[in-house]
Amino acid sequence: MTNSKATNSKTSTEATTMTTTNLTTREKVELSLARRRAAETRFRLYGMVSVFFGMLCLVVLFTDIASKGTSVFKQTSLTTEITLDSGYLGINKDSSIEDIRFANFEGLIKRHFAKSVKPKGRKAKRELFKLISPGAAWQLQELVLANPTAIDSTVTIELLMDDDVDQWFKHDFGNDVVDNGRLSEQQLAWLMTWIEEGQLDSHFNTLFFTNGDSREPELAGIHGAIKGTLLTLMVTLILSFPIGVAAAIYLEEFAPRNRITEIVEININNLAAVPSIIFGLLGMAIFINIFGVARSTPLLGGLVLTLMTLPTIIISARAAIKAVPPSIREAAYGLGASKNQVVFHHVLPLAMPGMLTGTILGMAQALGETAPLLMIGMVAFVVDVPGFINDPSTVLPVQIFLWSDSPERAFLERTSGAILVLLSFLVVMNTTAVILRRRLERRW
Amino acid sequence: MQLIENHKTTGIPLSPKAKLSARNVDVFYGDKQAIHDVSLDIGENEVIALIGPSGCGKSTFLRTLNRMNDTIDICNIKGEILLDNENIYDPKVDTVPLRARVGMVFQKPNPFPKSIYDNVAYGPRIHGLAQSRVELDETVEKSLQRAGLWNEVKDRLHAPGTGLSGGQQQRLCIARTIAVDPEVILMDEPCSALDPIATAKIEELIDDLREKYTIAIVTHSMQQAARVSQRTAYFHLGQLIEVNPTDQVFTTPQHELTEAYITGRFG
Repeated sequence: MTNSKATNSKTSTEATTMTTTNLTTREKVELSLARRRAAETRFRLYGMVSVFFGMLCLVVLFTDIASKGTSVFKQTSLTTEITLDSGYLGINKDSSIEDIRFANFEGLIKRHFAKSVKPKGRKAKRELFKLISPGAAWQLQELVLANPTAIDSTVTIELLMDDDVDQWFKHDFGNDVVDNGRLSEQQLAWLMTWIEEGQLDSHFNTLFFTNGDSREPELAGIHGAIKGTLLTLMVTLILSFPIGVAAAIYLEEFAPRNRITEIVEININNLAAVPSIIFGLLGMAIFINIFGVARSTPLLGGLVLTLMTLPTIIISARAAIKAVPPSIREAAYGLGASKNQVVFHHVLPLAMPGMLTGTILGMAQALGETAPLLMIGMVAFVVDVPGFINDPSTVLPVQIFLWSDSPERAFLERTSGAILVLLSFLVVMNTTAVILRRRLERRW
Repeated sequence: MQLIENHKTTGIPLSPKAKLSARNVDVFYGDKQAIHDVSLDIGENEVIALIGPSGCGKSTFLRTLNRMNDTIDICNIKGEILLDNENIYDPKVDTVPLRARVGMVFQKPNPFPKSIYDNVAYGPRIHGLAQSRVELDETVEKSLQRAGLWNEVKDRLHAPGTGLSGGQQQRLCIARTIAVDPEVILMDEPCSALDPIATAKIEELIDDLREKYTIAIVTHSMQQAARVSQRTAYFHLGQLIEVNPTDQVFTTPQHELTEAYITGRFG
């Protein structure tokens, strides 16, 4: 055996010098082996590099957004004791809500600081008042509205500071705020005294989650945008899921295979690739101009996003229906089930996990959609939190777009903060999709 | 191999006690003809085995008997198939009651991804065969007993049917079929995915079922055909070559193609 092998290899070495055709099969295989292994290693390397690159991009993106955005969850305020002087405010314990709303809380705050800090001259006074947010007066008003008996007493309150102060304080007394001349020497001196006295500090920023949009960065929040997003997605889901599933079932199970069905199918696939802004234009032309749906409302946004998500849902639902093994259909048909029974008793329950996954992914896509909503006026500056689907509102991605356009540094921080919230929504939705699929998946 | 021109089935394709009768049946898939002029009777309370090499059209023929081929768009059928002297391909005939009368067991066990109970109860439920819960329970028990599965599953009726072993799944499928109380049961290679022990159980079951039902079984195993059937039909390239009592087919086949097949010269 060994002998023959030796002769074999000997002859083959001689053969290689002349022609390769004289090699034995085994030697040919061994020759090609190195090449095949190299190809495999190369391919594995490509794969690892691309995965690594993708992960790197993701990490860079997340760290960037997180580093810019996490500071939004803290807000600087000044703890101070302030007397709610009924004489100055012109209200008492029995005043109507209307009177309390029109009382001059701003003046009260100005008087309070003018007395305690004692600025010299009008310029100094103006500089001092600029440190306090306009929201401070609103805070006092809220406090009195909630508890009218507090009038004439001295209350301790964390007054909201202006966004420049907030940025300066949160970012290690950041030089660029000072360098840009946003805070003067005098203002910094006052701030330092407050810090020494322990009055100036940052607290959890609840306003960011409870307020609507505002021109003042320290007062701007995402509550309005989140509510608008939820309402819009609700409309989208209610419309697109039943329509999409029904269309998929019809096309997959009932439609006759002919030219018309084929054209419909091709067009659904094409629609999935249409740039989303086109759907915005379509929505504007149809829903606003023909049906007169009110602009900037979640109802309209939902209608437009329905147009956009339908192809995604139909395609994924059809794939889910196609994935139902034919043996299950045959079993049901063999028992004498009618077409409807086969579809609704067997195909639909088995296809449901896939359909739901597709729908959630479609919803996630709709959640991040901005372009079509710009076309239908959801880019408007809306301060109020929408109550229902016919109230003017905006959505998270559009809010991000709006804030990213604002010059104030504090809005940059809010942009990143809102992106963080949007991303966490997306992560939650996609995780739900995965869990749902795992849970409902049945094996056969 | 070529088609035999002007072939006439050898043996005795007709039966005096015919339950299902095929008359001059041609089946086309698009342009391709899969079955050529087949006439065959399936008698009451008899097991008929359809044998032949792969692709000879025996499964196709079986599926024409309860119009399972309707689900294939390009499939076209000529000729008549009579169930109790009524043509099942008459446009007036509804496939739903037809398939309740002519049940089918498939090659691969295909229980629904539901509980054992729901698998068996599905047929009676959709056809409204049971008036009450108790009656449905009885039907399920009876069907499982007749399929020889009751003792193995009676304690776990609500466990998923897909959790059973292959042989048990196939018997579950048979129980599901007989729960609708059909007149004819068509079996398309019911044992091809099973081990010999499970196969033996199913064969025994087929023998028992014969007392009540008419059975047509497609099989690749000639031993199986010999064990379970009374008559055997040999298909070749879509033609029905020979039909004779099983003993005769396996001892003294009349047609040379049948002989070649059963002696293992091709197939």
